[in-house]
Amino acid sequence: MARTSYEVNKQKTMVPMPELDPVERARTFDEVARGYSAEEAMLEARRCIQCPTRPCVHGCPVGIPIPDFIEQVALGNFARAYAIVKSASALPAVCGRVCPQETQCEGVCTRGKNGEPVGIGRLERFTSDWAFEHPQEAAAAIAQQRAEEAAAPVADADGETAVAPYVDLSGKRVAVVGSGPASLTCAGELAKLGCDVTVLEALHKPGGVLTYGIPEFRLPKDLVEREVSKLGDSGVSFELNTLVGKLYDIDELLDERGFDAVFVGTGAGLPAYLGIEGEGLNGSMVASELLTRVNLMKAYQFPEYDTPVYAGKRCVVVGGGNVAMDAARTAKRLGADVTVVYRRSRDEMPARAEEVHHAEQEGIRFQMLTNPKRALGNDEGWITGLECVRMELGEPDASGRRRPQEVAGSAFVMDVDMLVMAVGSKTNPLIAKTTPGLEVTPRSLIVADERTCATSRPGVFAGGDAVIGAATVILAMGAGKRAAAGIAEYLSQQ
Amino acid sequence: MYPIERVEALNPEVTRMVVRAPEIAKKIKPGQFIMLRIDERGERIPLTMNDCDAQAGTVTIVFQAVGATTMRLANMKAGDSLLDFVGPLGNPTELAGARRACVIGGGLGTAIAYPQAKWLYEQGCEVDVITGFRNADLVLFEDEINASSTRQIIMTDDGSNGNKGLVTQALQQRIDEGANYDLVLAVGPVIMMKFVAATTKPYGIKTLVSMNPLMIDGTGMCGGCRVKVGDEYLHACVDGPDFDGHLVDFDDAMRRGVMYRSFESAARDAVAGRMTSEGRDCGCASAHSDRKGA
Repeated sequence: MARTSYEVNKQKTMVPMPELDPVERARTFDEVARGYSAEEAMLEARRCIQCPTRPCVHGCPVGIPIPDFIEQVALGNFARAYAIVKSASALPAVCGRVCPQETQCEGVCTRGKNGEPVGIGRLERFTSDWAFEHPQEAAAAIAQQRAEEAAAPVADADGETAVAPYVDLSGKRVAVVGSGPASLTCAGELAKLGCDVTVLEALHKPGGVLTYGIPEFRLPKDLVEREVSKLGDSGVSFELNTLVGKLYDIDELLDERGFDAVFVGTGAGLPAYLGIEGEGLNGSMVASELLTRVNLMKAYQFPEYDTPVYAGKRCVVVGGGNVAMDAARTAKRLGADVTVVYRRSRDEMPARAEEVHHAEQEGIRFQMLTNPKRALGNDEGWITGLECVRMELGEPDASGRRRPQEVAGSAFVMDVDMLVMAVGSKTNPLIAKTTPGLEVTPRSLIVADERTCATSRPGVFAGGDAVIGAATVILAMGAGKRAAAGIAEYLSQQ
Repeated sequence: MYPIERVEALNPEVTRMVVRAPEIAKKIKPGQFIMLRIDERGERIPLTMNDCDAQAGTVTIVFQAVGATTMRLANMKAGDSLLDFVGPLGNPTELAGARRACVIGGGLGTAIAYPQAKWLYEQGCEVDVITGFRNADLVLFEDEINASSTRQIIMTDDGSNGNKGLVTQALQQRIDEGANYDLVLAVGPVIMMKFVAATTKPYGIKTLVSMNPLMIDGTGMCGGCRVKVGDEYLHACVDGPDFDGHLVDFDDAMRRGVMYRSFESAARDAVAGRMTSEGRDCGCASAHSDRKGA
């Protein structure tokens, strides 16, 4: 008997998603990937065979009931599909775009064993984009979904993925510190249970890395704003321009402002440097400065917007992660000729394959197995060159990665007038320093229980990069969801 | 939104502004700063607290109209509002324990040095305040400093107040007279702070300088404000803004300070042109609403 309520599309490859032309797009900040039409989405959704093992659900850190929503897309019930996605994920328009699906839901898709997996991320994106264009139908579908869930609470398929228990938290107040993906997810989940949630954000816009870090051409900012403002509709309030640790500390939130619990989702935003001579020369910056100027402050629209951004003619970006790709593609759009320098080989690059591919299409060059040693400058203190050495890969180290080592006598100089350092980030120690009794690691990471996200301080929970160090959006969201369940459990025992 | 309660020109270049921000007013301490953004298209700029009134819920800032944003700010009126106002940022100046202090303000730096001098004086510390200005018309906070210091020495570049010379000359003279300071605090242009630090170094007098690099977020996230202190780069927004003047690389700071100079002059010229063509009184207000409506 057929498991699907539709005829399966037997094509081995995904329905292609339209993209802007690489040459054209490298001059604008418009979104590169254009998304599916309704017809394309239905065609792709019909590639799902509704297999009974549902490995994709286990591959998703927030446990979206993937085959269920895909079935609705395949049948053309887009509002219903959106309601199913939204029941598990606070930010589907974001996740559909920036999750590394190849290592998560799509990486374990049954169709992927013989051909390409189902384009789950693309379909998630389609449902949320559709919902933005059809707000009334989407809202009605969500209301219906909520009513059904309340009538018959359904346990999660595997029982492993944390889902907030259906407890009534009305009258309880929770402060959420930071407004990145972990915090927004936690806030959304708690609000669903009737909790009064206040999000405290240091910057003037919510979203964390979604707003200041990930570029417009991958994740449009008006979309982030729309998705975040939907949380406001559900009973989450925002206090912007509020730096916790300076304006209030955690104890004041609990004792004076009367919050019953606090979630700390402050991320890992402190920049790391190369530690080489000359890295303070003018024309040199860390990736987060470039990205904050461009994304948060819209410096690419200077002087229409007041914040400027420096862009050189010859730019080197150092690093091999997603931030390096974002910085390189941003510098390219500001008019620079860009080379990415990475000390290991292509296989070790932590960046998503798709992002590396996009960068290459846009004309960004790569110098693998290359490490900067020293930046050279002119009399006015501007960077003019970057001395690098070639590297080769030696024996695997404790982490299993082959350790790069310098090739003797291989030093050479690259002409540059712009250097962007994208070599990771550290945790801001502010919360750790200002919260007595909060257990942290020597690197200022907050120690939290894996299941409940509880910290050493009763009533204080933490998750996302603040706990595990710089990682991905979806891992942060998973942590936010577990923390909401942990907080619900804690508050219902109060 | 953060309502502006009072705007007052202190001299032809410098404006004092009182902003309603009750939560910040309760917390901010001498040496700490705020960042503000005028409107949706505005940039974030850092300004150090000049005064605060926890009871009234206000924070006072003092700024010089040197660029696009400060020029627009200077044209705002009581009753207007700032879109964003965040603080307190940075660390308070470490003043505790000082018995004989010299607080030095260069130009606008005087507005930032004033709360420190006042705090020290209120704690019973002997406080000399040395300030420096281009000419007598630009002198700031003379009365306030008189009320909150043991001694005030005002120096002018042109000698128009009868006291020609640099703040470092006055400092050297006080040291020679046996002032025996246990703390010197300098706030002003980087070049002035550099020479203050050079003056005190041979005597081993603890010297703090309040650094003023370019900033974007002001919360330790982007590294735009890094200052070379000893062998490492520290972030003025979270590790500072005060640093040990004998360890700061002032030449590095001066060089980094001009990185955006060409952008700044372009933006300043654009704002100046707009104000001239529309009349100085209404220029900003109409430019403001134009931008809002765009």
